[in-house]
Amino acid sequence: MDFSASLTADTLTVTRGGVPILQNVSFTLSPGQVLILRGPNGSGKTTLLRTLAGLQPPLAGRVVSDPETVTYGAHADGLKATLSVEENLQFWASVHGQTDITQAVEGFNLAGLVHRPSANLSAGQKRRLGLARLLVTGRPIWLLDEPTVSLDVASVALFADAVRTHVAKGGSALIATHIDLGLKADSFDIGPYKADPAKAPDSNDGFDTDGFEGAYL
Amino acid sequence: MIALLIRDMRLAMRAGGGFGLGLAFFLIVTTLVPFGVGPDAEILARIAPGILWVGALLACLLSLDRIFQLDFEDGSLDLLATSPIPLEGIVAIKALAHWLVTGLPLTLAAPFFGALMHLESPGFSWMFVTLLLGTPALSMIGAFGAALTVGLKRGGLLMSLLVLPLYIPSLIFGAEAATRGMAGFNANAPLLMMAGITAGSIALLPFAAAAALRVNLR
Repeated sequence: MDFSASLTADTLTVTRGGVPILQNVSFTLSPGQVLILRGPNGSGKTTLLRTLAGLQPPLAGRVVSDPETVTYGAHADGLKATLSVEENLQFWASVHGQTDITQAVEGFNLAGLVHRPSANLSAGQKRRLGLARLLVTGRPIWLLDEPTVSLDVASVALFADAVRTHVAKGGSALIATHIDLGLKADSFDIGPYKADPAKAPDSNDGFDTDGFEGAYL
Repeated sequence: MIALLIRDMRLAMRAGGGFGLGLAFFLIVTTLVPFGVGPDAEILARIAPGILWVGALLACLLSLDRIFQLDFEDGSLDLLATSPIPLEGIVAIKALAHWLVTGLPLTLAAPFFGALMHLESPGFSWMFVTLLLGTPALSMIGAFGAALTVGLKRGGLLMSLLVLPLYIPSLIFGAEAATRGMAGFNANAPLLMMAGITAGSIALLPFAAAAALRVNLR
């Protein structure tokens, strides 16, 4: 896997439910960089991350990256309750063409849990397993949405270590979080990019949201 | 892709996966009919292909909403969508997994359940052949319906309304082929029509379902 991939947002306008919430967002995530996404609840961090991950199209602007280099870590961990920890990780590893899960298991202190069904894990253990999935994807760019939710202090440190190792290899991470991870990181505040509905750029498909709204009023 | 197939089969076999549910439902439907229609062997044998087909179709419908809904709820679908497997491939594999745990067991069981309906001996192989050719279309069309309704609360009911009309062609030609074959007539025409529907849905619907998923994931 080529670990020198970068991701660039170019005057991006992202929408949630058809309403623009962030506009003219531009930044570049370079190899070896950690970027912390800051912004209050509901400011559009998740929407921005989903757009960058390619799960939804931007209203305007573009995302410059190879989709094969990006992995997305959402609020939901994507775990199957009836599969064991090992089976869950093994599955995501094979989907991404990887075979080795030992590094992920050890990195997130899951060795004692590998044969446990994920249904029996605590919230924090599930989260650790969800984060361990990032390692088995073998992808250089991590887009993480509040990765430390329900983690204790020790697990947050494990996570920070994993990010450090990842970055040392040339990977990069864009992390939406409210806490201090103790990482050497740049900060990116999305506050100034809040969309002004009156000045929203025309949508790519010509769908006029202003008129749409007016139809109900 | 093999990994996804293995995972889906494994999930279906484990507790709460719903394997065997369709089969049990199929058995109940076919045992209920003689109670309703009466024990007249001649009538039962005549309506058997139709009843078996309708039963298989409903049994298939029972597990359709699991194809994408569970993966959508736990976030796996987002992660799969960003994985190296194209979404079209994901749809095709999931439909295949659904067929392997639903359509295939129904096909294998139909001749035995047919015996409950006084099905005559040539009927056993005809039921087997028509269901073998027809049930893959049921899974594929069902996966398309599931992709359209994924993310909707109580989407299962809406999906049934969407999917059942699309099952009608397979049902008509499948039951017709079985009836004709059992009566000793040439059943090539309905059999080929049904095989055509199956081949067409396998070729086209993964693309349609993937497009529907992309919209629903936004």
